[in-house]
Amino acid sequence: MQTVIHTENLCKAFGDFKAAYNISFEVYKGEIFGFLGANGAGKTTAMKMLCGLSIPSSGKATVAGFDVWTQTEEIKRNIGYMSQKFSLYEDLTVLENLKFFGGIYGMSRAEIKEKSQQLVHELGISQFANRLVKSIPLGWKQKLAFSVAIFHNPAIVFLDEPTGGVDPITRRQFWDLIYQAAARGITVFVTTHYMDEAEYCDRISMMVDGEIKALDTPENLKKQFGVETMDEVFYELARKAQRKGD
Amino acid sequence: MRNILYIIEKEFKHILRNRSILPAIFVAPMIQLIIMPLAADYEIKNINLAIVSGHYSSETQHLIQKITCSGFFKLVKETSSFEEGKELIEKDQADLVLQIPNDLEENLVKEKKGKVLIFVNAINGTKANIGATYLSSILKTYNLEFIQKEFGLTNPVDLRYSNWYNKFMNYPFFIVPGVLVTLVTMIGAYMCALNIVKEKELGTIEQINVTPIKKHEFILGKLIPFWIIGFFVFSVGFFFIGMGIYGIRPLGSILLLYLFLAVFLVAVLGLGLLISTYSQTQQQAMSVAFFFMMIFMLMSGLFTPIESMPNWAITMAKFNPVTYFIEVMRMVVLKGSGFADISGHLLKMLGFAIFFNSWAVWNYRKTV
Repeated sequence: MQTVIHTENLCKAFGDFKAAYNISFEVYKGEIFGFLGANGAGKTTAMKMLCGLSIPSSGKATVAGFDVWTQTEEIKRNIGYMSQKFSLYEDLTVLENLKFFGGIYGMSRAEIKEKSQQLVHELGISQFANRLVKSIPLGWKQKLAFSVAIFHNPAIVFLDEPTGGVDPITRRQFWDLIYQAAARGITVFVTTHYMDEAEYCDRISMMVDGEIKALDTPENLKKQFGVETMDEVFYELARKAQRKGD
Repeated sequence: MRNILYIIEKEFKHILRNRSILPAIFVAPMIQLIIMPLAADYEIKNINLAIVSGHYSSETQHLIQKITCSGFFKLVKETSSFEEGKELIEKDQADLVLQIPNDLEENLVKEKKGKVLIFVNAINGTKANIGATYLSSILKTYNLEFIQKEFGLTNPVDLRYSNWYNKFMNYPFFIVPGVLVTLVTMIGAYMCALNIVKEKELGTIEQINVTPIKKHEFILGKLIPFWIIGFFVFSVGFFFIGMGIYGIRPLGSILLLYLFLAVFLVAVLGLGLLISTYSQTQQQAMSVAFFFMMIFMLMSGLFTPIESMPNWAITMAKFNPVTYFIEVMRMVVLKGSGFADISGHLLKMLGFAIFFNSWAVWNYRKTV
């Protein structure tokens, strides 16, 4: 299996506070990798380092074959990112958002046009294509944001709590999109607080107090802790936390 | 380069679709430019004058007529009681009280000598000062005429005025170019700072930061639209309002003004960018920008001449980019100054542009 993310003892400290400590794991191509942890456990800090937004304090990591210390610009070219805060431009239309993000990832105008039409058709949002993003329903916005994040066909897409605030049906549809992306060979790195979503992942890592305390498939984790559900796994691990969530 | 074009395209869409920003950029400055020169007039007219005199001799009447004919004074009251004159000042109904003694004519005839007294309400310093100056200059002329009449002398020195550069002392000629500069400054620094901070507030900047857009591309993509808008606002203000409405005919080269404007806009946009790098919310950016705007406007020589400020203020005004553009505008428009005359100003403006932008770029971080 091809490794697309590799980290070794990755640390990030803010003064005395170790936000992320000795993080070591590997993510393989086409995998859906769940990144779990309580609020304040250090998930976002770790993810930011992998996206080239934050320089680590120590340790090693490569993303899509590029070093997080020296090649952040190359990393950015090869990843997609969807933040927990909705971050498409609300005063641009769906097509204009696609055009902008496609453009800055170096897609040609013809390619943008063709892929935009295709995407709008696949998502079944032709009626929204020329509407301002602020006027379309939240569920569609989330799906659209995901589609924009993988529009330039990145090696890896990072999703930071992508389904916050959407209804179960839309969440289900959202996960269908994630499966489709993974089937196309895009590696999905996703943080979530919904344990049913954790079950959908190929493998899961659990962060507690800045460290990874468990990493395996959902099945194995449940066996390891002798429990029935992912909820219980999460509870077993998270209750040992010293840090207070924010 | 491609990325910059994509950003510029996006920025123009944001600006043109924003119903509250659009009028603030295009309509408000034009209204200000039309109204302000008419309202903020240097010339002091309508100075309220009260005259205290108990006896109206022909000489007294002659003097009063001379004063009221000057057009600067409004005679609010003629009274014989000094107490009443004093009360008018106390009630703020009179700016000046002129007391003419009852025996003025008698003394003039007998002793060739008379005394009048001016009381000044100094609460509004400017008005009082200028009013007293006008009044004493009228009295001086009166004196001279009296001397000529009585002693048959002619003026040893004949004094004549000639106003250069603004022949008829047309106030808007002086103030319109200055107001236009401050409006362009507002649009540059204010709008640019708010625009960038807005992306921070919405969180879209996070999305931008994970894309391959480079720091300089983002900054240029943000600055260029406002640079273009600055040119547009300046042109509309200059041609339609300055030349069209106020009939200003610039003596110097308009191209020279545009050259200076180009550099000036880079400097104030740099300041806007700098403010945005230190602000997390639009509210913060606005407060900081407002602070600078007030200082820039009041210490630029727009309304009050820099030369008459205290030394420390003169030094401060030298660090104000707006000062230089207002000076250049007046030099080129009214005096017809050429490139050689303003090259020093241009060089300093380049300095401001480099200073603000380098600081802003240094402080703008793409990584946390």
